[in-house]
Amino acid sequence: MTLELKKIIEALLFSAERPLAPKEIRTIFAEATDEENPGATEPFRNVREAQIVAALDELKAECELQQHSYQLVEIAGGWRLVTRSECAPWVKKLLDEARPHRLSPPSLETLAIIALRQPISRADIAAIRGVEVDGVIKTLLERDLITIVGKSDAPGRPMLYGTTQKFLEHFGLRDIDDMPKAAELRLQAAALKTAEQKAEEAKAKEAAANTTPEASEANEGQT
Amino acid sequence: MIGKVETLTVESDYKVKLAVFEGPLDLLLYLIKKEEVDIYDIPIERITNQYMEYLTLMQLLNLEVAGEFLVMAATLMYIKSRMLLPVDQQVTDTETEEGEDPRWELIRQLVEYKKFKDAGLQLGRREEQQANIFSRGSAASGIEVDKDVPLAEVSIFDLINAFNDVLKKASAREDFREIMEEKFTVSDKIEEILYTLRDRSEMIFSELFATASSRAEVVVTFLALLELIRLKRLKVLQVEAFGEIRVLKVA
Repeated sequence: MTLELKKIIEALLFSAERPLAPKEIRTIFAEATDEENPGATEPFRNVREAQIVAALDELKAECELQQHSYQLVEIAGGWRLVTRSECAPWVKKLLDEARPHRLSPPSLETLAIIALRQPISRADIAAIRGVEVDGVIKTLLERDLITIVGKSDAPGRPMLYGTTQKFLEHFGLRDIDDMPKAAELRLQAAALKTAEQKAEEAKAKEAAANTTPEASEANEGQT
Repeated sequence: MIGKVETLTVESDYKVKLAVFEGPLDLLLYLIKKEEVDIYDIPIERITNQYMEYLTLMQLLNLEVAGEFLVMAATLMYIKSRMLLPVDQQVTDTETEEGEDPRWELIRQLVEYKKFKDAGLQLGRREEQQANIFSRGSAASGIEVDKDVPLAEVSIFDLINAFNDVLKKASAREDFREIMEEKFTVSDKIEEILYTLRDRSEMIFSELFATASSRAEVVVTFLALLELIRLKRLKVLQVEAFGEIRVLKVA
């Protein structure tokens, strides 16, 4: 059997337990060697990402056309082979997954807020939801759907949260823009930010004008 | 009616502590949908009265209600009082512009929140679709025990709404009945509900209260239901919005 690029990629996807990005596949081709048959890997050494993507598209179409029980989907920035939903009752039985583990509506909307407005602090999430979110945040952190991505410069240096790779995988999303209402709700965030920044700058100016000499000396000492 | 509820003493051997993750904005959106009113033109008096009624019920049930619910109650009262004044006599505070509708800030907040709530619902639908799709490593990754399973297929406000209806009916009945000194406990009611469901898999919400002879009994029965839901012995379903709630045994 002469190996085609497509076939090798299929083998990679078949063996992978996570989504594979075209870039990662390219690295594999660049680094793979076969000691017994050194010539075998050479033809694929310099495969370009565009060729890989083309092969992935072809594979995806083949799965559809030949009505395989699995399909190739783009998820969390990579590609992954998954079963068709029609087969769910049997696969579920095999994996002994008795009950679907679904998130509660408050968790889902908190995730939506974090996904679309990340990085975001607890206080800002609470401001949108109108209620504190400590319990929900804890659950989402434990489930590895969100993570701490940094600290804000705001007073108290609150932690900032963002969504994880697992979040994209859990919901079968390609990336954040694949989310419902992404464009609308993210655009607003950008507009909001600039308005906030302006307000903060104005405040900072005012504060600078009002600071006593001692205070500014202390500040200088810190920097 | 509300005053009467407050004087009611529930013998509770069994404190039901149920954390409510929904906030005051969720309750307002629920009421706006239920009353079929325009979010951009909220009839503030009607919504405020309803809001207070629900809040009282939640407190009566000893639900862990966030402090934000009380803050919102104060905000609603303030808006209501401002709306009662003729426009030329309204105090303009420094933050709002003169002549601005006192409801505006709240409406803006509700509209923005609703967008995220909708985005959350759509995420939920994706999650449902995704639950039928498996990849390699699905088994190995293990299905984690979920501490966050939805409490019910219906929101806590749907349950409180149904509870409110039953409570009203019960008080209407009470007037024509000789009231016996009876004590109900949540644990007794839990036993009773489970006994009723011993050879059936489901019942209708109102059936639970069919034999209740007093408001106290209705309250205790409802608390027992909440506890059984929390313990994952029962779950509740509602096929259409604001429709009949069904109570199902968890297999």
